[in-house]
Amino acid sequence: MKFAVVVFPGSNCDHDAYHAVKHVLGQDAAFVWHKETSLAGADVVILPGGFAHGDYLRTGAIARFSPIMQEVRRFADAGGPVLGICNGFQVLLEAGLLPGAMLRNRSVKFQCEHVFIRVEQTDTPFTSACRQGQVLRIPIAHGEGNYYAEPDVVERLERNRQVIFRYTTAAGEVTPEANPNGSVHNIAGLCNEARNVVGLMPHPERACELAIGSADGLAILESAVRSVSQGAFPAAGAGAKAVAAAR
Amino acid sequence: MKTIPDDLIQQHGLTRNEYEHILEMLGREPTVTELGIFSVMWSEHCSYKSSRVHLRTLPTSGRRVLQGPGENAGAVDIGEGLAAVFKIESHNHPSFIEPYQGAATGVGGIIRDIFTMGARPIALLNSLRFGPLDDPLVRRTFAGVVAGIAGYGNSIGIPTVGGEIAFDESYTGNPLVNVFCLGIAKADEIVKGVASGVGNAVYYVGAKTGRDGIHGATMASAEFDEKSAEKRPAVQVGDPFMEKLLLEACLEVMRSGALVGIQDMGAAGLTCSTCEMGSRGGAGIAIDVSLVPQRETGMTPYEIMLSESQERMLLVVKRGREAEVERIFDKWDLHAVRIGEVTTDGRLRVTHHGEVVADIPNTALTDEAPVYRRPMAEPAYLAEAQRLSLAALGAPPPVREVFRRLLASASVASKRWVYRQYDHMVRTNTLVVPGMGAGVVRVKGTARALAMSVDGNGRFVYLDPFLGAELAVAEAARNVACTGAQPIGATNCLNFGSPERPEIMWQFARAVEGMGAACRALEVPITGGNVSLYNETDGRAVLPTPVVGVVGLLEDASTVVRRAFRADGDAIVLLGRGGDELGGSEYLKVFHGLIRGTPPVLDLALEAALQRLLVRGVAAGLIRSAHDCAEGGLAVTVAECCFNTSLGASVDVPAVAAAVPEFGQIATLFGEAASRVVVSVEADRAAELVALAKAEAVPAAVVGRVGGDRIRVAIDGELAIDESLADAEDLWANAIGRWFDRPRAVA
Repeated sequence: MKFAVVVFPGSNCDHDAYHAVKHVLGQDAAFVWHKETSLAGADVVILPGGFAHGDYLRTGAIARFSPIMQEVRRFADAGGPVLGICNGFQVLLEAGLLPGAMLRNRSVKFQCEHVFIRVEQTDTPFTSACRQGQVLRIPIAHGEGNYYAEPDVVERLERNRQVIFRYTTAAGEVTPEANPNGSVHNIAGLCNEARNVVGLMPHPERACELAIGSADGLAILESAVRSVSQGAFPAAGAGAKAVAAAR
Repeated sequence: MKTIPDDLIQQHGLTRNEYEHILEMLGREPTVTELGIFSVMWSEHCSYKSSRVHLRTLPTSGRRVLQGPGENAGAVDIGEGLAAVFKIESHNHPSFIEPYQGAATGVGGIIRDIFTMGARPIALLNSLRFGPLDDPLVRRTFAGVVAGIAGYGNSIGIPTVGGEIAFDESYTGNPLVNVFCLGIAKADEIVKGVASGVGNAVYYVGAKTGRDGIHGATMASAEFDEKSAEKRPAVQVGDPFMEKLLLEACLEVMRSGALVGIQDMGAAGLTCSTCEMGSRGGAGIAIDVSLVPQRETGMTPYEIMLSESQERMLLVVKRGREAEVERIFDKWDLHAVRIGEVTTDGRLRVTHHGEVVADIPNTALTDEAPVYRRPMAEPAYLAEAQRLSLAALGAPPPVREVFRRLLASASVASKRWVYRQYDHMVRTNTLVVPGMGAGVVRVKGTARALAMSVDGNGRFVYLDPFLGAELAVAEAARNVACTGAQPIGATNCLNFGSPERPEIMWQFARAVEGMGAACRALEVPITGGNVSLYNETDGRAVLPTPVVGVVGLLEDASTVVRRAFRADGDAIVLLGRGGDELGGSEYLKVFHGLIRGTPPVLDLALEAALQRLLVRGVAAGLIRSAHDCAEGGLAVTVAECCFNTSLGASVDVPAVAAAVPEFGQIATLFGEAASRVVVSVEADRAAELVALAKAEAVPAAVVGRVGGDRIRVAIDGELAIDESLADAEDLWANAIGRWFDRPRAVA
């Protein structure tokens, strides 16, 4: 199974995502430069964390114009699994692949710390190996992770079960204190209506080995492996098949 | 004919004698551009003219040293064909004038020094000093510096894995911002800042040159006064995204093998990079500054040569491989511009639209820069300050009050408010996060890890520069050894007042001697560093603050030890011996407002043995946690081992023999005797550790047990401290944050 890790010039978690997929999960992984126009036959696409183009404007605001994003959109439209982590999530919001926007953290400061998130839905390619209500201990590291959407949008997200992760206490309770950045409804991650595109602010790739503090993030990446290998997502493997056909 | 007026010479910070020397070396009067070039290259910041004779005495070689001082950074062999490349640098003056940008560009500068050597930067540390936080202006400086460090490091994606912060009135008008960076390179692929090969092209790449930062190096070589705010235009503005592009592109260019040498344009910008690269390679460099990409119109050659605009690099490329290098930079949307070439004559020749505006032998700017053996005199304050009369202080305060106030003292309290703003996990190598002792990162692709710590206690150095500097080396190395890592190399950042004052020069010289002695005894050679002088405001110097960064190698990353206790029932063992050591302590400062007495005695042989014991004890799987006793002494150390664990502790220690018996309890609990470490060990293996300690001739005793929800410390069986863990932790955890935010629950 092949993961594509998209590299924007200011990506800085690209190597971490690659390491987690390749060396911890033992899957095939490839970096895809943002100026490229092909996803190199990937089954899963990861938009990693970082500061895509410096993000002096809004986070991710320029990245959506990168050539590779057209291909990511095509891949997503065809049902392929796409995971946006942190800055990758922000890019997905700016690109309109997910609804809503990010505000500065309530603290008006960058925050790097472990938080707890609860898995709200398991019918996405990035939560299929999780239990409903499972609490994961995963780090955040962002200055603009305060998720916001208009009330009617939030209501639709909730009704459609598109909220995938929520900030909670260790016991899984949704409380204001457990919300590190002020996100509406404690939203830490969500999916699109087709459920194949998922974005979240916490960093699962930083939580794949106990040696560095937590292995809870593995469940998210393992979900992708399980979902794709079970053929649960129509376009999953489409890229690989196309490459095979071309040979 | 004389065209350079005297006041212009003076404005350039050059003395009459220095100017005469320039006339002699050039055999003519300098052009204005040349005057500017000499001024920055001969500034204290670039030339080390006051410090060089002393720095020469430091040990700089050893079996692991691959690169000592003189290059952009030092390098040590860490096995498996890899090198750790590291250095520490100050950005004190800019950080006072403009805290956010000053600190941010300090981070940017040290990162460039590391990747310039062909190393990928993987960790940052910082050592910061500020005035007391009850001063609103200090809070603004403090918050700005922290945000600046965060803003730059987080964006570029290099984790800040540790550091230290202390507070004292002497830093109110002159904060210290020292930043350390470490990178990994292949040992046989270290790149140098050398220009060679006649006809090889000299390239400029990175941000455009603007008028920012002109005379930054000269600013860093002058004292502050009330007019300092007028110097704001000399502080540069950082662009971490540009630096990220440069970092990736330069590493890619280095891997291509098309490069001869590379240097960043830091202090003294294009001037320093051209003449230093030429000088190291025994070659000359000829550049045409009209080709330099410029941000503003109408810049003069003087301005272009002296600009300290950030995120710029100078490269010498092998002949015939220019297109390849240009292609790599293009990929990263960077425009590499050919601005000159390497020559044979050993001169820096600068032209501007065909006109020669500077033509100077490189060595005149580097090796032949002035060297001063400045007058030294023992400071008048010293004898008096070393006299400490505890009896004159009256009855000591209650022990419980001391314990609680020391935990909440800003220098002791948790720095979480600070490091939560730093991305300390990016690159997924961080084994020991900030606030847990030395920072430790694993080296992917190997089983190894590197531990690093920066330390320096200005009070100790003020009271005894030689001993204080020895203690700084010992503490940094001890912190590294507490993780189980073997200390293998060091870097220093020497922050002092004006070298033109004999008492400051005396402090400096004695501190360097002490540092050398400790580095030799503990086998940690100094591979590079930085000197920051003129840290004064209105004639008052900061506490003399040499900061030492020590790097250690842990062969098996999985054995790494942190400071926090691990399990209920573990035995607590105290390594080292106590003493009646309140001189220069946090206690004296917090309760009596005093910096007095003599610093703790240091037995370097015992210190070396203690560090060997720590490394062996961790490797053998005996030591489960380790934390050295520093500010606040034993009681604070035990408490810190409990924090972030929800485990309490009960210990019972022998009283130290105190000269003033009324202060016996205080000295036992809060004295800062050196070479002591609190470790925990599984209860049934405690005897094994004590035996190992005996074999190394390190005093060791089981003093207590981990567990419960209280911190209890008894002296010879009599309970002296009995505090709820939750209460103590709240005091410690929120002391800094409450100056800025509403208090929050302990995480």
